[in-house]
Amino acid sequence: MSRNAHARYVFLVECAPNPSRSAVVSGIALAVRRIGEMATGAARRGGSRLARQFAEKLTLSSGVGAQNGAPWGMQGLGGASSEGLAPFGARNASNQAVRNRMRSVKNIQKITMAMKMVAASKLRTVQVKAEGSRGLFQPFTVLLGDAPAVMGKKTLVVTLSTDKGLCGGINSTVVKYSRSLLKLSQMYGDDHKTEFVIVGDKAKAQLQREYKKYISMYITETQKVSINFTQCAMMADEIIKNNEYDVIKLVYNKFNSAVSFLPTVATLLSPEMLAGEEAQKLGNLESYETEGDATQGEVLQNLAEFQLASVLYNAMLENATSEMGARMSAMDNSTRNAGEVLDRLTLSYNRSRQASITTELIEIISGAAALEG
Amino acid sequence: MLARQGLRSSLRTWAAARPVLARGFAAEVENHQEAVVPEKFKEDWKKIAPNYDLPHFPSSYMAARPAVSSTMPTKLTVNFVLPHAFEMQAKEVDMVIVPATSGQMGVLPGHVPTIAELKPGLMSVHEGSDVKQYFVSSGFAFVHANSVADIIAIEAVPLDRLDPEEVRKGVQEYAQKVTNAKDDLERAEAQIGLEVHSALQAALGVSA
Repeated sequence: MSRNAHARYVFLVECAPNPSRSAVVSGIALAVRRIGEMATGAARRGGSRLARQFAEKLTLSSGVGAQNGAPWGMQGLGGASSEGLAPFGARNASNQAVRNRMRSVKNIQKITMAMKMVAASKLRTVQVKAEGSRGLFQPFTVLLGDAPAVMGKKTLVVTLSTDKGLCGGINSTVVKYSRSLLKLSQMYGDDHKTEFVIVGDKAKAQLQREYKKYISMYITETQKVSINFTQCAMMADEIIKNNEYDVIKLVYNKFNSAVSFLPTVATLLSPEMLAGEEAQKLGNLESYETEGDATQGEVLQNLAEFQLASVLYNAMLENATSEMGARMSAMDNSTRNAGEVLDRLTLSYNRSRQASITTELIEIISGAAALEG
Repeated sequence: MLARQGLRSSLRTWAAARPVLARGFAAEVENHQEAVVPEKFKEDWKKIAPNYDLPHFPSSYMAARPAVSSTMPTKLTVNFVLPHAFEMQAKEVDMVIVPATSGQMGVLPGHVPTIAELKPGLMSVHEGSDVKQYFVSSGFAFVHANSVADIIAIEAVPLDRLDPEEVRKGVQEYAQKVTNAKDDLERAEAQIGLEVHSALQAALGVSA
């Protein structure tokens, strides 16, 4: 502070060796007005105007005013701004920049808070549906078994992901596991082929880059209407019609709680595999009689299609619930971070504002003092 | 002020989510079984993805099923599930009659393991003298060796929720559609509608 005052004193002495009386008067008048404006809080914006007026008066009396003003102005800000050499009258330009930044951060905070509440309300509805659907896949697993290690000659990896973003890491998780399944199948030999069926835009974006030739079909915009069984039955139908497969691996996030989502891989066998030796032994299927005239093969065909639709329905609901939960916590973190950034910016803004006001006062007062004495 | 707003809003969301969070594990099962994962799979997984944990498997989200008993069980355990709810979960009953494709099939404790495809029709659950009747759309019924019956249906409604007038109108409408059908697809759809409505009518006729 004393260094600044000294610099000002030196500058004034240099550039205005013989100050006229009008300069003294105007200087004191400026000081009075300045204090008054500070009291009303208008000094913030007025400072640059006053400083510019004062700068004009000073430059009139000395040609070097403008150039010397720059480093002086910089010091006056107390080092709060790291902008380049600012012109004399624009001492508050960096303050303006900080103010703009504060406004935008505040808006971001409001938006993320709103998104969090929307996600929380949607979570409630979808969670009820997901919990209700948890019974649907269980009878199939009991009858046909869950064979996690089976990788048939033709594997179809169905990846469930979200259409919208800003939902944390759940899509990356699903893509990670899908990629690993592909590598696993490739490790078993060249005759093991794998294809992807991708549900959701986010996984499509991530997998398209590397594995475009493995992707068989995309299914997007699944949540335009709320998820229902008919939709899943249609999806299952399309998948079965357009793909030849031995095993379907369904990758999704199971909703455990609002902060915990478990990546899950469900294995579904095709009717041919079900009729084959392995599956029969696994699920003890040969001991089951079939009612009616249909052979076990036909019944298994219908059963496999029904299983795909049911498991897909449950998986899609679980994934949607996970999406809402993840979005809620992501937006919550984002709101908190925005609040912290805003606090820090406010502190630094206030510091720089107060420093610039102090500087103005010092200039004026020391100028007046120099003129007097 | 923003902090206070934030606190209030987060309290509100927490309060709103509280019943949900409290119910969070409602559909979870206490005695869930572990998934059976062969060692080879675990080793292969470690080779290709050493940094990722093994994924979870749906069999770990289910309750363990009772073992096959050597004696004749006295009760039948019924799990009746719909896409939107567990209608009956591990309920002990005396008998269940399901509308299989070959006609009404009665399931008693100790029934031979069966896989039955269901057609739209009347399903009744007998518990002592208590009979619950539902009209089910198609689905599947599994009877296991341990005297557990799993019934999966897409839709099931208790009979008292059905309106006889509407059913009669539906029968007439679909009968007409069958005769007027132009191509195979339309005829098939009309046939299905007619079958369902006739079954509805029969079901209502039986109990009404």
